[in-house]
Amino acid sequence: MTALLDVRDLVTVFPSGGRDLRAVDEVSFSVNRGEVLGLVGESGSGKSVTGFSLMGLVDAPGRIASGQILFDGDDLAKASPEAMRSLRGRRIAMVFQDPMMTLNPVLRIGTQMTETLHAHERIGKPEARARARDALAQVGIPSPEERLDAYPHEFSGGMRQRVAIAIALLHRPDLIIADEPTTALDVTIQSQIISEFQALTERQGTAVIWITHDLAIVSGLADRIAVMYGGRIVETGPIAEVLTAPKHPYTRGLIRSVPSENSRGARLAQIPGVTPSLAHMPQGCAFRSRCQRADAACAQRPGAYGSDSCWHRCFHPHEEALT
Amino acid sequence: MDSKLADAAQIAPPKPRASAALLRFLKAPTALIGVIGLTLVVGVAVFAPILSPQDPYDLMQLDIMDSRLPPGSESFTGVPYHLGTDGQGRDILSGIMYGLRTSLIVGIVSAFVAALIGTTLGLLAAYLGGRGEALLMRLVDLQLSFPTILMALMVLAILGNGVTNVVLAIIVAEWATYARTARGTALVEREKEYIEAARCLRIPARRILLRHMLPNCLAPIIVIATMQVARAIGLEATLSFLGLGASVTQPSLGMLIANGYQYLLSGLYWISFYPGIALLITIVCINLVGDRLRDVLNPRNAR
Amino acid sequence: MITNLIRRGIQALFVIFAMTLIVFVGVNVIGNPVDILINPDLNQAERLRVMQNLGLDQPLWRQYLSFLAGLAEGDFGDSFVYGRPALGVILERLPATLELALAAMVIAIVVGLPLGLYAGLYPDRLSSKLIMTGSILGFSLPTFWVGLMFILLFAVQLGWLPSNGRGETAGAWSFLTGDGLRHLILPALNLALFKTSLILRLTRAGVQEVIAQDFVKFARAKGLLERRVVLVHILKNLMIPVVTIIGLEFGSLIAFSVVTESIFGWPGMGKLIIDSINLLDRPVIVAYLMMMVVLFVTLNFVIDICYTLLDPRVRLDGKG
Repeated sequence: MTALLDVRDLVTVFPSGGRDLRAVDEVSFSVNRGEVLGLVGESGSGKSVTGFSLMGLVDAPGRIASGQILFDGDDLAKASPEAMRSLRGRRIAMVFQDPMMTLNPVLRIGTQMTETLHAHERIGKPEARARARDALAQVGIPSPEERLDAYPHEFSGGMRQRVAIAIALLHRPDLIIADEPTTALDVTIQSQIISEFQALTERQGTAVIWITHDLAIVSGLADRIAVMYGGRIVETGPIAEVLTAPKHPYTRGLIRSVPSENSRGARLAQIPGVTPSLAHMPQGCAFRSRCQRADAACAQRPGAYGSDSCWHRCFHPHEEALT
Repeated sequence: MDSKLADAAQIAPPKPRASAALLRFLKAPTALIGVIGLTLVVGVAVFAPILSPQDPYDLMQLDIMDSRLPPGSESFTGVPYHLGTDGQGRDILSGIMYGLRTSLIVGIVSAFVAALIGTTLGLLAAYLGGRGEALLMRLVDLQLSFPTILMALMVLAILGNGVTNVVLAIIVAEWATYARTARGTALVEREKEYIEAARCLRIPARRILLRHMLPNCLAPIIVIATMQVARAIGLEATLSFLGLGASVTQPSLGMLIANGYQYLLSGLYWISFYPGIALLITIVCINLVGDRLRDVLNPRNAR
Repeated sequence: MITNLIRRGIQALFVIFAMTLIVFVGVNVIGNPVDILINPDLNQAERLRVMQNLGLDQPLWRQYLSFLAGLAEGDFGDSFVYGRPALGVILERLPATLELALAAMVIAIVVGLPLGLYAGLYPDRLSSKLIMTGSILGFSLPTFWVGLMFILLFAVQLGWLPSNGRGETAGAWSFLTGDGLRHLILPALNLALFKTSLILRLTRAGVQEVIAQDFVKFARAKGLLERRVVLVHILKNLMIPVVTIIGLEFGSLIAFSVVTESIFGWPGMGKLIIDSINLLDRPVIVAYLMMMVVLFVTLNFVIDICYTLLDPRVRLDGKG
């Protein structure tokens, strides 16, 4: 079976001070139909830029420099702007991080929903409105008919994110890119939204790329996981495998730094140092400046070691499982 | 508690290095053009008595025979009039040099006094808060809802014409901008912890205002004041053109332009044209410098 | 919403009242009306008689009350120059000024808004940089001097357009006749120059602020046509500040028309007030100032309402 999305050696650059900084550096991964991929990393690791690259929405002057984005067999990296536009919102949808910012404050909710329908389908106004209403009902918004005429500021943050999800699901897309959709919400709302999101995408058979910095969220949600650091994917594989036996020191550090109930009282492990900025990324393995296992070999770029579906980029991988 | 100790730099946010800022300032070619142009303009104004071929206010030096000569002509006695002469046989070039003096003085004095008054009131309002603040800000809002020229006309209608009254009019018309900016930035500062710390340490109000709040408001105030000098020069020229400003004996650039108005229809363009160019150069140079200052001093743009 | 309107209405009335006080104090206390109104050659007895006639011997508060009473009836006294009621003299000139200001506003919007939108959407293009440089020039050029240069170029050198007066009018308006329209072009362009630059720069700044917002990216992520993203999502958010500015600037256009009217001999209120200041025609000056106060307070009031209609967030605040 061919993957729905197959990203190969994607490089997205931002020109700065006369050179191109690689925000996304030879990233490869694939997503099958109906699959949930967790794309995990700290802020600045390039995970959001990866998401925007897939949508063809990298902010100028940034651009995709090389690589392929095979979506259902077509290379999106070479697609025309119009082809990308017609794909966006219809076959690949996106949900953003901050629901307070994603809805246009001066347009009614209904308008912001139906315009999405009108952009891709020849459809009458009453029908578009009916579908928008159904979509609102689907994400659990009470009295959807009246709410269509409301403005975003009349909704709470959680409600707004539901609206954004409803908009993303309007066209039953093949793939949804969810860029930290729950980070800005209260914890109680977070779990509600996650479980509803999960149910809806499962029912529609939609594949999901869930971008987050929060391993805890991904562990209960994703089928597979890809860990990003410094613009590169350092480790990827089935979620259970990666979480129980992480090979890359960074993945390991990330998992260790998640507080859990049984380590109460124990000192929380931290990864020493801070994420280097794009302009000061070390040569070779990007993580070596913070890695305790690093040696001279790490000045070379590590390749991908392991199987096709489960690999890591480290010269000195951990072999044992986490205890 | 030694207030000097607490006053030391550690509780105030770090200040940017002046030399670095200057370097950054000059990086843009427009800023460099502005600075050079402005230096020239100010130099010409300061040294007008030395540089100018003629003292345009010394009636003994004027010859009515030389009136309305086109640029490049020579006087009866063989002195060249590079930019021509006006209706009284006055050398336009010399007129411009002396006119620049009046214009610059009016611009700088009015902008400075307005900045002083406005900033003081704005800071006080921010520091004191309460009724006084509300009243002052109402006044500022009211003032700013009227265009400057209307405020100026109001003042001149009440006080009568003349250069001093024009300066007063500009101050009345412009102080509110400073007050609003000073209060705005001071309010942001007021909420910050170091001011809180300074208050807890019982540092006197005057000291908090002058040493902590003022320096933080200074950047935007300097930018506004720079731009305002240009606006004041333009406004003064406009009012003088309308016959409400400078007297005939001490003409500003606006007055010189107004003098040429009556000759314009007969095609004697130079009497109005060249003073206008001088005015334009002055205003553009100040604006270029101000524009760049805003970019450099704005912490949001510091990259 | 309604209570909000009423509150603002009361505030507006209070402002007008405060301004009557300022104008009255200014004209009657700071500027000495006796010097202005009375011929210095008169002897003491004659002076006293004139002062009694004008009510200047009364205590100030009584003078102020009669000033207010006159104000309520629109009676500012007779113009010294025209010998007719001052307000009437001004109102006669109102259409000319309104026409000029409106024409300038239309030019400023029609030119400034699209250019600002373009420069904001494509800031890196050479054409955008040229537009922005041009707008700096528009800011820096002294309006009255540009007016003179217009006359020099288009009226004197090329002889294309007239430089003085309104030309033929149909009713109160010039733009209805060909000749009047030709007379209108130069003054309107001149008055529009500064405002065009202003609207252009504000639009551009607004575009750049809005375009960086997530909701614009989200609109694109929905697959909307670029045209819709710009014309609906960006422009609608821009309209709030731009409409405010347009409203405020319309008042300022009327005020600044004093300059343009003086240059082009346009027989409006602006030219009248300058002449009146020079001729010390006090009733006309006071009437003009009070009219401007009322105009600006009303304008601000109307802008507030427009703002409320445009921005749904303000609407809710009004209710709450």
